Amino acid sequence: METLEQIKSRVEAAVAGAQLTVVPNDSPVAQPSLLVDNAHAVAVAGFLRDDPELQLDYCSNMTGVDWPEAELTEKIKVKQVVDGVEKEVEEVKKTLRPGCLEAVYHLYSMAKKHGPVILRLRTENRADKNHLPSLTPLWRGCEFQEREAYDLFGIVFDGHPDLRRILMWDEFKDHPMRKDYVEPDDYEYEPTPHDELVEKVKAHQAKEASV
Amino acid sequence: MDQGLRSELQKQGVFTTTLEEVYNWGRANSVWPLTFGLACCAIEMIAASMSRFDLARFGAEVFRPSPRQADLMIVAGTVTKKMAPLVVRLYNQMPEPKYVIAMGACAISGGPFKQGYNVLKGIDRYVPVDVVIPGCPPRPEALIHAFMTLQEKIEQQKLTGPHRARHLDPDAPSEFPVPVYGEHDLVPPKNPQIWQPPVVQR
Ligand code: SF4
Repeated sequence: METLEQIKSRVEAAVAGAQLTVVPNDSPVAQPSLLVDNAHAVAVAGFLRDDPELQLDYCSNMTGVDWPEAELTEKIKVKQVVDGVEKEVEEVKKTLRPGCLEAVYHLYSMAKKHGPVILRLRTENRADKNHLPSLTPLWRGCEFQEREAYDLFGIVFDGHPDLRRILMWDEFKDHPMRKDYVEPDDYEYEPTPHDELVEKVKAHQAKEASV
Repeated sequence: MDQGLRSELQKQGVFTTTLEEVYNWGRANSVWPLTFGLACCAIEMIAASMSRFDLARFGAEVFRPSPRQADLMIVAGTVTKKMAPLVVRLYNQMPEPKYVIAMGACAISGGPFKQGYNVLKGIDRYVPVDVVIPGCPPRPEALIHAFMTLQEKIEQQKLTGPHRARHLDPDAPSEFPVPVYGEHDLVPPKNPQIWQPPVVQR
């Protein structure tokens, strides 16, 4: 299979205006992925599916990722002139990473027996701009998995044929896989609390004592 | 009648019994469970009912497909919060006398999924449980043991008096409120009439 860079340049040539970014992966699997802009996502995905070289006709997995807003700190070395001598000084650089929700698609080709090509789509933020285009019209197998991402992460897929909750009940309001999900407080009976559980039990008991 | 006189009479060919004994003997040996599995524990329950372990030896050979024909509910597996109202509803539809076996860590307390957002921390929060079997999953022998424990319990039940069986007490409830799906959790999260957190001694 072509490398992701080659795929990227071919997609950009084929789909006018598409903005793609290769997201590197520095874990041992070293499997980079393609970040696609939402406006062209369906066109890009359609190209990947129908291109005779790639023929990515099978979406094996679709899942969500929650990226809460976070302050990233990294140490960088800066050259500074101290008392006329040039020195390397370590500085801590802080950057604010805006929060977003991400949908990840793993695409394979049954015909060509290659893959995966990993697509990422990102929402603008985690609160109100949580819409993404649905890829279910292209890969029917995404239907339930997009519903699951809608249910557990709160990503709204535009163009999905039947966007309802799939695991939790319809009346449920929260999105349990989000990092800031607050679970119901049912820690009445924990005979052997340990680790974080101790804190939860203490919080529950404090609440009960105050009532 | 004491046991000595009884066996003495038996030697003479006179058999005595009480109505209570006959009644309980009949009930204990014809407990029909509800066909009802929720997770991995159900596989062990199925194994227990098949020829290798043969729950039929205890009079429980017919797993009924309808709650209206069953008198034992084996809660075999994880009770998710989405499933819990349906479990309570099935229980309510069973005719008296009815019994519940909570099989496995999940049905007792939520088990390995206890801290999950979607798992009920024990079915005893909504329906009264007669016998619990620990294990993950309990082996079929353990289920048979629980079944025999239940049979013993049934044989001990009184027909009259203040300690009579629940189904003979007109004041004891035979149906329990079905929780409704709330915005964040089941409402109510437990039935305080039948479940209070045990006091932990530390
Ligand atoms: S107790 Fe263990 S075996 Fe039984 S349902 Fe729960 S996880 Fe499965």
